[in-house]
Amino acid sequence: MHRSFIARHPSVLVFLALLALFTLAVTVLSEGFGVGVISTSFVKTLGKTLCLCLVAVAMDLIWGYAGILSLGHFAFFGLGGYMIGMWLMFERTRHIVEGALADAALPPTPEEIEAAIGNQVFGVVGSSDLPLIWSFADSLAIQLALVVLVPGLLALVFGWLAFRARVTGVYLSILTQAMTLGLALYLFQNASGLRGNNGLSGLQNLPGVTAPQSEVSLWFFWASALALALGYLLSAWLVSGKFGSVIRGIRDNEARVRFLGYSVEHYKLAIFTLTACIAGIAGALYYPQAGIINPAEIAPIASIYLAVWVAIGGRGRLYGAVIGTAFVSLLSSWFTGGQAPDLTVAGYRVAWVDWWLVLLGLSFVAVTLYAPRGIAGGLERLAGRRKDTAS
Amino acid sequence: MRTTTALATAMLLGTALPALAQDCPIKVGVLHSLSGTMAISETTLKDTMEMLVEQQNAAGGVLGCELEAVVVDPASDWPLFAEKARELLTVHEVDVIFGNWTSVSRKSVLPVIEELNGLLFYPVQYEGEESSRNVFYTGAAPNQQAIPATDYFLEELGIEKFALLGTDYVYPRTTNNILQAYLQDNGIPATDIFVNYTPFGHSDWSRIVADVVALGADGKRVGVISTINGDANIGFYKELAAAGISADDIPVVAFSVGEEELSGLDTSNLVGHLAAWNYFQSADTEANAEWIAAWQERMGADRVTNDPMEAHYIGFNMWVNAVDEAGTAEVDAVREAMYGQEFPNLTGGTAVMLPNHHLAKPVLIGEITGDGQFDIVSQTEEVPGDAWTDFLPESAVLVSDWQELDCGMYNTETETCVQTLSNY
Amino acid sequence: MKTLLMAMLCALLTTPFALAQTRNVQDILQTQRALIEESSRRTIGPAIDALADSGLPAIPRVLETWQAKEMWQRAADGLFFAGEETADGLYRLIDFDTGAPVGTYPRSELTQLKPNSGIRALIATALVRFQLTDPDPAKRSAALDSLGRDPEAGLLEPLRASVAAETDPALRARKERMERLMTIAHGASPAERIAAIESLSGDLGVDFRATLNPILATRRTVIGATDPPPANVAATLSPGGEELGVTAAYDLLVAEGRAPALVTKEARDAALTAHIRDGEVGGLPVAALSSETARDTAYDALVVAGLAEPRVGPQDVAEALAGHRFLDVYADPDPDVTAAAAAALGASQTRVAVGQAVDLGLDALSLASIYFLAAIGLAITFGVMGVINMAHGEFIMMGAYTGFVVQQFVTNHTASILLAVPLAFAVTFAAGVALERLVIRWLYHRPLETLLATFGVSIALQQLAKNIFGTQARPLTAPGWLDGAWVINDVVAISYIRIAIFALALLFLGLFLFIMNRTRLGLETRAVTQNPRMAASMGINPDRVNMLTFGLGSGIAGIAGVVIGLFAKVTSEMGGDYIVQSFMTVVVGGVGNIWGTLAGATMIGGFQKGVEWLNPSNTLAAQTYMIVFIIIFIQFRPRGIIALKGRAAGD
Repeated sequence: MHRSFIARHPSVLVFLALLALFTLAVTVLSEGFGVGVISTSFVKTLGKTLCLCLVAVAMDLIWGYAGILSLGHFAFFGLGGYMIGMWLMFERTRHIVEGALADAALPPTPEEIEAAIGNQVFGVVGSSDLPLIWSFADSLAIQLALVVLVPGLLALVFGWLAFRARVTGVYLSILTQAMTLGLALYLFQNASGLRGNNGLSGLQNLPGVTAPQSEVSLWFFWASALALALGYLLSAWLVSGKFGSVIRGIRDNEARVRFLGYSVEHYKLAIFTLTACIAGIAGALYYPQAGIINPAEIAPIASIYLAVWVAIGGRGRLYGAVIGTAFVSLLSSWFTGGQAPDLTVAGYRVAWVDWWLVLLGLSFVAVTLYAPRGIAGGLERLAGRRKDTAS
Repeated sequence: MRTTTALATAMLLGTALPALAQDCPIKVGVLHSLSGTMAISETTLKDTMEMLVEQQNAAGGVLGCELEAVVVDPASDWPLFAEKARELLTVHEVDVIFGNWTSVSRKSVLPVIEELNGLLFYPVQYEGEESSRNVFYTGAAPNQQAIPATDYFLEELGIEKFALLGTDYVYPRTTNNILQAYLQDNGIPATDIFVNYTPFGHSDWSRIVADVVALGADGKRVGVISTINGDANIGFYKELAAAGISADDIPVVAFSVGEEELSGLDTSNLVGHLAAWNYFQSADTEANAEWIAAWQERMGADRVTNDPMEAHYIGFNMWVNAVDEAGTAEVDAVREAMYGQEFPNLTGGTAVMLPNHHLAKPVLIGEITGDGQFDIVSQTEEVPGDAWTDFLPESAVLVSDWQELDCGMYNTETETCVQTLSNY
Repeated sequence: MKTLLMAMLCALLTTPFALAQTRNVQDILQTQRALIEESSRRTIGPAIDALADSGLPAIPRVLETWQAKEMWQRAADGLFFAGEETADGLYRLIDFDTGAPVGTYPRSELTQLKPNSGIRALIATALVRFQLTDPDPAKRSAALDSLGRDPEAGLLEPLRASVAAETDPALRARKERMERLMTIAHGASPAERIAAIESLSGDLGVDFRATLNPILATRRTVIGATDPPPANVAATLSPGGEELGVTAAYDLLVAEGRAPALVTKEARDAALTAHIRDGEVGGLPVAALSSETARDTAYDALVVAGLAEPRVGPQDVAEALAGHRFLDVYADPDPDVTAAAAAALGASQTRVAVGQAVDLGLDALSLASIYFLAAIGLAITFGVMGVINMAHGEFIMMGAYTGFVVQQFVTNHTASILLAVPLAFAVTFAAGVALERLVIRWLYHRPLETLLATFGVSIALQQLAKNIFGTQARPLTAPGWLDGAWVINDVVAISYIRIAIFALALLFLGLFLFIMNRTRLGLETRAVTQNPRMAASMGINPDRVNMLTFGLGSGIAGIAGVVIGLFAKVTSEMGGDYIVQSFMTVVVGGVGNIWGTLAGATMIGGFQKGVEWLNPSNTLAAQTYMIVFIIIFIQFRPRGIIALKGRAAGD
């Protein structure tokens, strides 16, 4: 099955090969296991970029292939991060607490340990008890399951409500934006039980792991690359089959697909939920590399950026999403990092820190106006290839 | 023992290898947001740091080296703070970082700074309950701002009923928890403390102002303690003025409103409301006059100075002196040399760096004047900053002492070090 | 003591010069110098009293000077003077007793006295008796203000004496009310006080309730079952009821030393720790004490061995509670007065509740009009034309910054606002036209891409604003006549600026209806929106119409920006606060219908205020619930409150 699928789609193989090559190159050049040309912070940046590419692939599935412009997929991404973050914080704190209580006159009771963990985790935000939603935080297996289940369930409920009411087009976009805004505002509350504005921090320190960050960063880099490879493979396989044809049909003419007897709502719901799960996994890999997750991460702007990456890369092409995301997010970090030299135009010093966002904003406009197929479309035209999957 | 060895080593290095021990230039990282929501406050501090570095270079640099400011923009994005901090320490290899404003951004960089043994000077008033080996807190701890201001309310204004209004995040939450405990210790019943939290940038204040006015219905004198952050203050004070509440009826003391925030407001209706800080621009000293003149010459005559700027001023100068003493900019030597550093405040008196990485600074209370400045009505002696508050039962037993105990979270009851890393 | 002082004062007031020869102001100030220099409310009392009771004619002026922070101390000899700044930056000092200038000094040789507001309030209270009969009505009014803040018993008589001579009717009414209130608090006889209470019964004023509540304040106390009850008991409480839980009741007994304290976990663990012998305590090895039950067992063993306090069981608690009575006792000993006060307060409470509901309604209305104002431009560009403009919020911001720039050049606030409104319209109209020409025109058939492109414009504009105006919030000051609030009573009030916003929202509603239904542009807009080709064949130029309509919608956003800037803040990020809300308002209301937008704004504003009222300590929750509510609402009315029917509804 897979052999014939890959044989039919050589581009997938090319992508996977390039990704493997890239992973190998980074490993060889890294500080942790290689010659040390690439700094640990850059490995982290690359690892995070791979996670963003994964969520962009999901975004491309839902938008480029199914035609649903979701402006809320970062909500799922963030939820995935929160779920793994809860375990990381709980376990790390448990190690500290048990160490500190080891010298106490009486051996600590489970209640005392729990209370001390609660105090340590929530003392920072002016509280001291572990809320109910932390009940499973001590179990890695359950929290890993929740990484997929919580975003999936939210997507299922929200999607069911929205698609059932036949909300489409820009209305759906605005509604998804409202969803992520609502979730962000909820999490901003201290009372949300996830430390409010502070969020979960120190996630880069894996409990019980003493390996230096230069190595840990590579572990996550590999995991991110693997996840991206699997996610890409799954997506490519999905869109190449009958399911892919139906969702593209929905994108191009929803009414006609409905008349053909397909249950449009079910297809939409399936793709919406699936992409939410992929986003959750990407988030769970992203935030331990970022080190901190907090509600600002899932503000509406983040999801809009996601759409823009896909648009710039070229939607309707999975590798377009990857290229766009990698290109824009790495460029962003270069320009805001202070490395880009200032320009002097007619005696006026142009600092990139000040003008980068103006440039980025205007490039959205330019891309939508002049290059609706994005970078990938441009590459294809250069290569002189025509693809039937293009919209 | 440890200290003396370190000091001895530092002195040895300093005498044996002058300047040679040091790679030039000495790099100073500046980690303040220049874009995003916090740019409004943090850009000023970036400018302050650039000015301080230039001034120091004009005065001959440090250890015969030029100082070089490395400015990065974490863009008010908390994970980006961690990334940029790592970049500063590993790519640019800075010797010290001055930066951060919000608590969450500090919590974000803490693991990185501790992992890579960096040195951070944090210039903003904060909620305490933290002590990191790698951070010097030059802003006020709660006992250097919130507690004296509350004392002022209790004793000088005779307030009997308190409205604690804050933005919903960690600094107001923790500060209000401490104040609630403190007020109850001082005989204010829990029913006379009204607490409200609003989102960042909140602008619709009429309901809350009406609630505060209604508190006066039981005949007790009402005062507001505001930990409202940033822009939201503008709407709050406008509503307060519109409701005709004068400072004589319901005084408001704010912990996050300084000269910078007032410059976005017409203060004629706010005269008499209060703020508590360790510095006001109106402080009448020679050093302050020079400082303001230098700042306004650089940035424009309409620019104001504020408390976190003074914190950077003190922190930077202490660091320079510590580097001079240690004879190197290497972090561990500088940290040892920091303890006991003294530097004159802009408001008079001398700031001292304590072994718990906090400063001893005087606390000032000012009344807002019609021209957007503060009239200082109370100035205490130097108050030593306290990392762990004495008013919450869990933290009352904790102390921080990096010099003798080499521990930032030392439990005095069990006499053990809870953790050597900070909690984030 | 106080009455004696009062008597002396009265005597002094009638013979003002009796002591003047022997003492002067400077002497008194010098005697009290230490206290004045310390400048603390806790200790300043005697100094103010000494001045106020001296009877010197200059005293009111001295106190007023001190209060206004205009009193200076000469560093050389510590003498106090009134000081005023001269044109050349020096200070002219004036002697209090003679009123003669004593010379000019540089600031460095002087110390300004800065009484804090606590001290200023004490000075104000001391001034009341002088100011109540002052010829200047402003001073009489100030006296009543300070009397309201600190209704000191001794001032009741001077107040009463001043009522008859009062000529200003408004001040007379205030004095009479103040006299009633002070009688309630300090009246000589219960009958007098009850009469005063009844005369104001049902009044809404905060001052009235603030006078009654201290009378009705209660103190919780506990007495033995057979002890005689104290005077004026408000209520007898039974432990375990809603008012007083069992634990709280027992804690009260413990606090009064009437019962032994419960053994807390901390006390238990402390006792266990103290009795560890050879790695064992209470017959158990220490290592086994890692559970609550094990520790309890060990502690019980300690009790049996007589090494620890026995536990207080539920039986003991019940017995202790049964042996006592728990009472709430009024602070005021007179039952008649408290009964009258309770009745009057009860009558007030109902009216206060009604007032609060009205006030909440006004708040909701005001919030709704702000949402409406922010969304009305969008109702044109999105609602009528179907164009998603994510840069709408930035047009609001541009309008606000236009207002700020105008205020830099025109200092008169009224004129500047009147100028800023058309200018903001012009600026954002031009920006809107440019956006339509350059970007949106090419994307009419690709709504999702319009969204992205305008979002790009939005971030570019936001960053541009930051580069130009900096990141600080900028002031946009309302003209003086919009300051303050329309105060209906102490419960219901609304600021003038909110009323202006409401009026402006109504004006725009009318304007919108007029343009859409009564002008050629409106007709053409509707025609182009419904069927551009047909409209074009009728001789309408759809390009031009689209451009003008989009410009109009953007221009209105600009005006909204000026108004929002007046009431909130002007920052480069203000647009972001309104964009999602505005889209919600339009979508919930129903696209393409201005009444829908109005209904949407009203509903969202009302809902948000309702939630805030139910949960006053957390405003953030209100916004989350609102969004959940909107998502659910869309289920039932996917096309909004007022849905278009027929052809126009097709998208």
